[in-house]
Amino acid sequence: MHTVTLKLITIVAEAVLKEPLIRALRDAGATGYTLTEVRGEGSRGRRTGELPGDNVRLEALVGPTSVEVVLRMLEERYFPNYAVVAWVADVGVVRGEKYA
Amino acid sequence: MSEILKANLLSPIVLAFALGVTARLVRSELQLPKDLYTSLSIYLLFALGLKGGVELSHAAYATIAGPAAVTLLLGCLTPVTSYLVLRYVGRLDAANAAAIAAHYGSVSAVTFIAAQTFVTSVGAAPEGFMPTLLTLLESPGIHIALAIGALQAGSRGSFGETLHEILTARTMVLLVGGLLVGYLMGEHGWQAVAPFFDGGFKGALTLFILEMGIVAADRLADLRQVGLFLIGFGVVMPVVHGALGAALGTLAGLSTGGSTMLAAMAASASYIAAPPAARMNLPTANPTYYLTAALAITFPFNVTVGIPLYYQIARTLHGGA
Repeated sequence: MHTVTLKLITIVAEAVLKEPLIRALRDAGATGYTLTEVRGEGSRGRRTGELPGDNVRLEALVGPTSVEVVLRMLEERYFPNYAVVAWVADVGVVRGEKYA
Repeated sequence: MSEILKANLLSPIVLAFALGVTARLVRSELQLPKDLYTSLSIYLLFALGLKGGVELSHAAYATIAGPAAVTLLLGCLTPVTSYLVLRYVGRLDAANAAAIAAHYGSVSAVTFIAAQTFVTSVGAAPEGFMPTLLTLLESPGIHIALAIGALQAGSRGSFGETLHEILTARTMVLLVGGLLVGYLMGEHGWQAVAPFFDGGFKGALTLFILEMGIVAADRLADLRQVGLFLIGFGVVMPVVHGALGAALGTLAGLSTGGSTMLAAMAASASYIAAPPAARMNLPTANPTYYLTAALAITFPFNVTVGIPLYYQIARTLHGGA
């Protein structure tokens, strides 16, 4: 089956950043996203909130320019003071023309 | 005082809290499922709003004006006193001082409910409109403290966005919505839902507090990190604000029970609405400081010793023994 190569950006962040990150992904041109509530610990320790330990994991399929925009935004606004991890992978997407 | 204190320490709320703490200390895997914890908090807040709304439907507006005014005054004063003490006595940096002040300027609904249960059990039933005052106290403290933080620490973040978040948060929608529904349905409507919302209330509260004990105990390990000053602050500041609340409540014409509850409200520290607001607006402040102070120090202090103490102060101010 024909696939298109796109960027899969995955962001794991403290739950308080859920809304701003979704907005930022949309602004950068992502047509959709997948959100999961996840748990874990990192260099910044446990997460803030009424119950500790909750993070959100956001995944979105975007083109190479959008990925740059999102990563720069993370670097400027969130990396210095918040618990945020992000990574990018090349993926082959079915019906890829929907996302880029 | 010692009689009252003893009765309070043996109340279901305090015992359930102690059980929660103990369970965590002995490393039991006991934990309420997150969804149950959320459901219980929805039940408690909505029940509180409904009951308060029904009471509001037969309250005279003239009797509420004074208490409402002093409540707003407390909401503006407590974040400022907290900030000044944290910044200039505790020598914390501006961001941390403002973030902690946001918590102490706002109010803890669970402490409010614990105070309501306590004064009712000692026969000093409070005014029915107290939940209305609770809604008034939730937001000003957070905003004033965050505004101080924005000026002093140069934080970013939009005032409008934070206001929207606080006003549309679960707590506020359930409390204000509950008050409105209760007000509109009146006594007749209340009779129909009372078996569920009134009959199960104290049991649900006890279960909720059990989980609070577990959550608070999780933070006990962080006490070493927050230091002696903040531990002292978490006990002394509530007593000062509580005495102020009792005095202002008495001045505004509240009963002994009502003044005790206003004192407990002023003394309490928010740990549901304030943490996300502080995290978003003051990202350089350390969440361990404000969460540990509010949850592991001030909340347990208020439900065990604080509330009986505020009751004693209110009773003295009302000319009782």
